[in-house]
Amino acid sequence: MKKTIITVVGKDTVGIIARVCTYLADNQINILDISQTIVQDYFNMMMIVDTNHTQKEFGVIAEELAKLGESIGVIIKCQKEEIFNKMHRI
Amino acid sequence: MINIFEVAETNEMIEKENLDVRTITLGISLLDCIDSDLYQLNEKIHHKIYEAAKSLVETGEQISREYGIPIVNKRIAVTPIALVGGAACKTEEDFVSIARTLDRVAHEVGVNFIGGYSALVSKGMTAADELLIRSIPKALSVTERVCSSVNVGSTKSGINMDAVKLTGEIIKRTAEATKDADSLGCAKLVIFCNAPDDNPFMAGAFHGVTEADKIINVGVSGPGVVKTALEKVRGENFEVLCETIKKTAFKVTRVGQLVAKEASKRLQVPFGIVDLSLAPTPAIGDSVADILCEIGLEHVGAPGTTAALALLNDQVKKGGVMASSYVGGLSGAFIPVSEDQGMIDAVTAGALTLEKLEAMTCVCSVGLDMIAIPGDTKATTISGIIADEMAIGMINQKTTAVRLIPVIGKDVGETVEFGGLLGYAPIMPVNQFSCDDFVNRGGRIPAPIHSFKN
Repeated sequence: MKKTIITVVGKDTVGIIARVCTYLADNQINILDISQTIVQDYFNMMMIVDTNHTQKEFGVIAEELAKLGESIGVIIKCQKEEIFNKMHRI
Repeated sequence: MINIFEVAETNEMIEKENLDVRTITLGISLLDCIDSDLYQLNEKIHHKIYEAAKSLVETGEQISREYGIPIVNKRIAVTPIALVGGAACKTEEDFVSIARTLDRVAHEVGVNFIGGYSALVSKGMTAADELLIRSIPKALSVTERVCSSVNVGSTKSGINMDAVKLTGEIIKRTAEATKDADSLGCAKLVIFCNAPDDNPFMAGAFHGVTEADKIINVGVSGPGVVKTALEKVRGENFEVLCETIKKTAFKVTRVGQLVAKEASKRLQVPFGIVDLSLAPTPAIGDSVADILCEIGLEHVGAPGTTAALALLNDQVKKGGVMASSYVGGLSGAFIPVSEDQGMIDAVTAGALTLEKLEAMTCVCSVGLDMIAIPGDTKATTISGIIADEMAIGMINQKTTAVRLIPVIGKDVGETVEFGGLLGYAPIMPVNQFSCDDFVNRGGRIPAPIHSFKN
């Protein structure tokens, strides 16, 4: 399974999760895990998603999510899972 | 599964602490390009490098996008040109034509440096070696991206003092030839002892003759990450300090290993090594000197500097070595002056001298690096400095290097600006006493007794 980590950081506002999840659902991206906290009014979310069934290229998804982030006023990053696994797991 | 704190930690390292992969360097053997006809040779070199490296930059950028990790430089290292050009080059100008070909193909494939305009002369020079060395000032002044290196000593064979004398003169001539650009040519010229075959870092990278046809070597970097980690253990003892450096170096190196494996897979070129280095840049928060200050020094150069650097270097290696399946290159902490804001500050404050830097090179991965000296420094004095540094490398069985920039028209108290990753530097004073008679003796210094291990 090809897993991707999506991180969303920015000022908290109504509907951030809804907008991101809608985009993912529209593109057949399944959410495997989701965790979220608020640190000093700042919204902090991490999603682990499965990108096996989407028709779009990784670069396109990353770009579209970044644009979606801009429209909500948050920063959305898309990274392949391996960088975190390699760094934090032996 | 990965949790939110681990993800945040990694992204913090990238976004705030300047964690990056400093370079993906594609090593390319040019031995199969050798031809006695100069035109044919240049054609073959161009064709081989272009075909091997045409997708290097794009692949690097693709990996960078997918993992969210900056890959700062994509570079090429080739077989030492003195070996490749020996059959075809009868004059210095012939060698310069190869430098032009390298520069042209570097522009075409989009890499910012190409290394390997080099000669390996630790025991003696062939006619081709000497021609190449003599052509370096011209080659570096008419090209933009070509980097040059000369290996003049090794633990196994001693120090070639004829080459040391010659390279001192060559550094001066290169400074003269590029004086309009503050002698920038010298920033692209390294004199080595025990030069590694698989170093991915410029200006000293070349593709050694012991290597495969093509190879991917990766240099990681992360002084800012180590510095930030150490801020959290202020006042703790050395055990805690060392453990923290090791853990951080492990994490940094794992990223390098991942990028190296990916690049290798996508370019279908075997993975060579990861160079576990702390390579600073002039950016604030990307400084090796700042780590040494965090360890407890007011400025680099204060008493205790050599010990602090020794432990830093050792812990970086210990942490990094388990994170990568193959390590190599220079591996350790780099201490260039112009490329590290903390080092520049130390020089400006009067805390750091050339002599202290020399002591520091005994315990770290490279040598006297990116140091600006007065333009009127004698060639023999430069050769003397090179000889000292080579002796440290030869006796301690380690790589040492000299990258000095005698800035023509400038003197102590003035500053020279190189721009970009090369940074800026205050001109440092050089010991004024003569070593002419020592340098002019000629011949070579025999290999040390501990080289006879057979």
